[in-house]
Amino acid sequence: MNWRFAWWLVAVAWLAPACLHAEPVRIGSKQFTESVILGELARATAQQVGVDAVHKRQLGGTRILWRALRQGDIDVYPEYTGTLTHDLLKHVAADASIATLRAQLKPLGIGITDSLGFNNTYAIGMRNDEAARLGISRLSELAKHPGLRFGFSNEFMDRKDGWPGLRQRYALPQTQVRGMDHALAYRALASGAVDAIDLYSTDAEIPYYHLRTLTDDRHYFPRYDAVYLYRLSLQQRAPAFVAALRNLAGRIDQHAMQQMNAEVKLDGLAENVVVAKFLGVHAGSGQHGLWSRLLQRSIEHVQLVAASLGLAILLAIPLGILAARLRRLGQLVIGITGILQTIPSLAMFVFMIPLFGIGAGPAIAALFLYSLLPIVRNTHAGLVGIAPELRESAAALGLPQAVRLRRIELPLALRSILAGIKTAAVINVGTATLAALIGAGGYGQPILTGIRLDNISLILQGAVPAALLALLVQGLFEGIERWLTPRGLRIQARK
Amino acid sequence: MPDSDAVTSSPFAIRHASKRYGEVVALDDLSLQFATGTTTALIGSSGSGKSTVLRLLLGLEWPDRGQVLIDGRVLQPAHTLPLRRRVGYVIQEGGLFPHLTALGNLALLPQQLGWHLERIRDRAQELATLTHLPHAVLARYPAELSGGQRQRVALMRALMADPDALLLDEPLGALDPVVRHELQDDLQRIFERLGKTVILVTHDLAEAAWFAERLVLMRRGAVLQDGRFEDLRDRPADDFVRRFVQAPRRLPQIMR
Repeated sequence: MNWRFAWWLVAVAWLAPACLHAEPVRIGSKQFTESVILGELARATAQQVGVDAVHKRQLGGTRILWRALRQGDIDVYPEYTGTLTHDLLKHVAADASIATLRAQLKPLGIGITDSLGFNNTYAIGMRNDEAARLGISRLSELAKHPGLRFGFSNEFMDRKDGWPGLRQRYALPQTQVRGMDHALAYRALASGAVDAIDLYSTDAEIPYYHLRTLTDDRHYFPRYDAVYLYRLSLQQRAPAFVAALRNLAGRIDQHAMQQMNAEVKLDGLAENVVVAKFLGVHAGSGQHGLWSRLLQRSIEHVQLVAASLGLAILLAIPLGILAARLRRLGQLVIGITGILQTIPSLAMFVFMIPLFGIGAGPAIAALFLYSLLPIVRNTHAGLVGIAPELRESAAALGLPQAVRLRRIELPLALRSILAGIKTAAVINVGTATLAALIGAGGYGQPILTGIRLDNISLILQGAVPAALLALLVQGLFEGIERWLTPRGLRIQARK
Repeated sequence: MPDSDAVTSSPFAIRHASKRYGEVVALDDLSLQFATGTTTALIGSSGSGKSTVLRLLLGLEWPDRGQVLIDGRVLQPAHTLPLRRRVGYVIQEGGLFPHLTALGNLALLPQQLGWHLERIRDRAQELATLTHLPHAVLARYPAELSGGQRQRVALMRALMADPDALLLDEPLGALDPVVRHELQDDLQRIFERLGKTVILVTHDLAEAAWFAERLVLMRRGAVLQDGRFEDLRDRPADDFVRRFVQAPRRLPQIMR
C-alpha cells in the first residue's frame, strides 16, 4: 500500500465524526402533514419564549417517535390520546381521561398537555358519488358490499385500533385490502383504484376530494384528542417552553386544524408560514432559500456517506485480507456480509433505532453495514486473484508476511479494492436518501416531504441532487483509481 | 546412501523425503545433497518432481515424510526467513512484480535488510554490468522489458543480497532460441565468476549439460541416475535414461 492510499483513508476517517454536535430542545413529528404542523407550532412557540429549539420533521411512525421520546433522542412530539390508550400504554381503559394518562405517563418520565382542542379521529371515507350510488353512509352498511377495495395506511393496517378491530366490530367481509402511504391513498381513491380509505377527520382532502365520512355507528374509533408529549426533565431545562406548550391547550379547534392542513397540503404554503399566521406573528427565521437548503442537505448527505464509507473501509479491508488468508473464515465473512446486503434498506434503518436512537447515528450504522460487502468481496477477490507465481516469488525473496502484504499484495489488489469502495459509495448515495425517515436529513428530506404533500417539484429537489451526487462520486472514484493505480500496472493493462 | 557425516558437510540436503498432492506422487523417498560451489542440474520430464526439490529447499513446501537439512540442521518453518535471504530463486517468467520498476523489484529485500538507497543503487549497477543489462532499463517497469531483460532483472534480484546459493527453475524456459542462447552464455560466465552453489531445474538435456558438471535425472519423484553427462550417455542406468538422452533430434538427422 503506498502512502497516497493511506492519506486518503485518513481523510475519509477524519470526515466521519463531523456529525456529532450538542443540541437544543428537540421536537419531533410524525410523517404526516398535521403532525409536522404541530411540530412546527411547538418550535415557533419555543422561539416566542426565547428557547432554542429544533424541529426534526417527519421522523416516521408512532413507534419511532415514542421510542425516540422514551430514549431521550427527542424532547417533545405531538400525539393523540387514542394512540396512547390503544397502542402505546398497556392496562389503560379505551376512554381514559387525560388526567389518567398523565398519571400513567409520569413514571415513564413523560408529561402530557391537555387537549389542543380538536379530535382527529380515524374515519373511513368514500367518494361521495360512489357512496351515494351504493347507498352507504354508515360503516355497518359496508358489510353488504364484499367486493369493495380498501386502501389503508400501513400503520392503520397493523394497529389494534385499526383495520383488524374494525373488521371484527363490523364483521366486514372485504378481502381486497392494500396497505399504502396515506398521502397517496387520496389519489388512489380519487382515481378509482380503491373504493374506501382510512382518513384523519381533520384531513384537508375530505372537502377537496368531495369525500363522504362514514358514520361510526357502532362507536368503534376512540377519541384522538391532540396533545403534546414531552420529557418531564424539560421542566427543569426549559420551564418557560413547557408553560407555553401547556398554554396551547384548547387553542386549536377542528376547523382551525383542517384549515392549516389545507393551507399546507392544498395551497402549498410552508408549515412555518402557516403556523406563524396562526400565531399572528411573522414567519421570519427558519425560512431558508432553495440554495441554502440544498447546501445544508448536501452537507448532511455527504457526511452520512463519507462517515459510513470511511468506517466501512477501516473494517472491510482487514476483513477482506483475513478472508483471503483463511479460506473457511473467508466464506463465513463473505456469507454474513452478503446476508446483511439482502436486508431491505428501510428495515435496516429501523433495526438500528433501538441501538443508536434516531438521527445520523443509526443511518450511518445502516449504511456502514451495506458498504461492507462490496469492499470485503473485492478485497478478497483482488488478493486471491494475484498470480500464484507472484505470491510465491514474494515469499521466496525472504520478505516477512506483513511486508509482502503491504508492498506487494495490497498494491496488486488495489484496483479491485478501489472498485469495491466505488460500488459501496454509489450504493450509499442512493440508500442514504432513506435516512431522512429516521431523522438523519439529507436529500431524502425533500423527497419525503414531496411524497407527503404530493409535490413533484419537491421530490425532484431531492432526487436530482442525489443522482448528480452519485455521478460525481462515480467520477471522483474513477479519478482516484487512476491516480492511485501504480504506473507499472497501467502499462501492463495497456499491453 | 551417504552416512550422516557426509550429509552435514553439504549446505543443502534432502533426506528420505516423500510428498504427494492427493493421488499424485511428487517425491518418493528422495535423498539428495548439493556440495558447496557446485552446479547441479535437475532434469526430467514435467511432473518428475524436480521443481518440488527447489521448493522444499526454500521452505515453500514441506515433505510429508523425511527432512530437509540446511547446513546439517533440520529445516523448521521458523528458519525459512533467514534461509530464503541467503538463497536466490528465479522462476520461468521471472516473477517480477508488475507494480514496481526493475530497480523497485531489486530494492525489495535490501530495503528490508536496512540498506540505504545509495548502496542499493550501487549494487544494482554492479549487477547490471555483470548481467549485461543496460543501466537505463533499471527505471522501467516489467511490462516495458523484453523477455530476456526480465530474466536478467530476475537474476539480479536473486543476487542482490549476495546469497550463498542460486535456485533456478526453468529460468530460460520462456525465451526464444536466440535470446536463450545468449543468456546461456552469460549465465555460465556468471556462475563461474561467482562460484556459488547453483541448482538448476530444466527439462532440456543440452542446457543441463552446458551448465552443470552434475546431472540428476528424475522420474516420478525419484532419482534414476546421478552423474556426469557422459555417464548418462555412455552408461544409462535403465531404458528410460537411454531414451531421455537420445530423444533430442539434431538438425543433421532432420536434414537427412
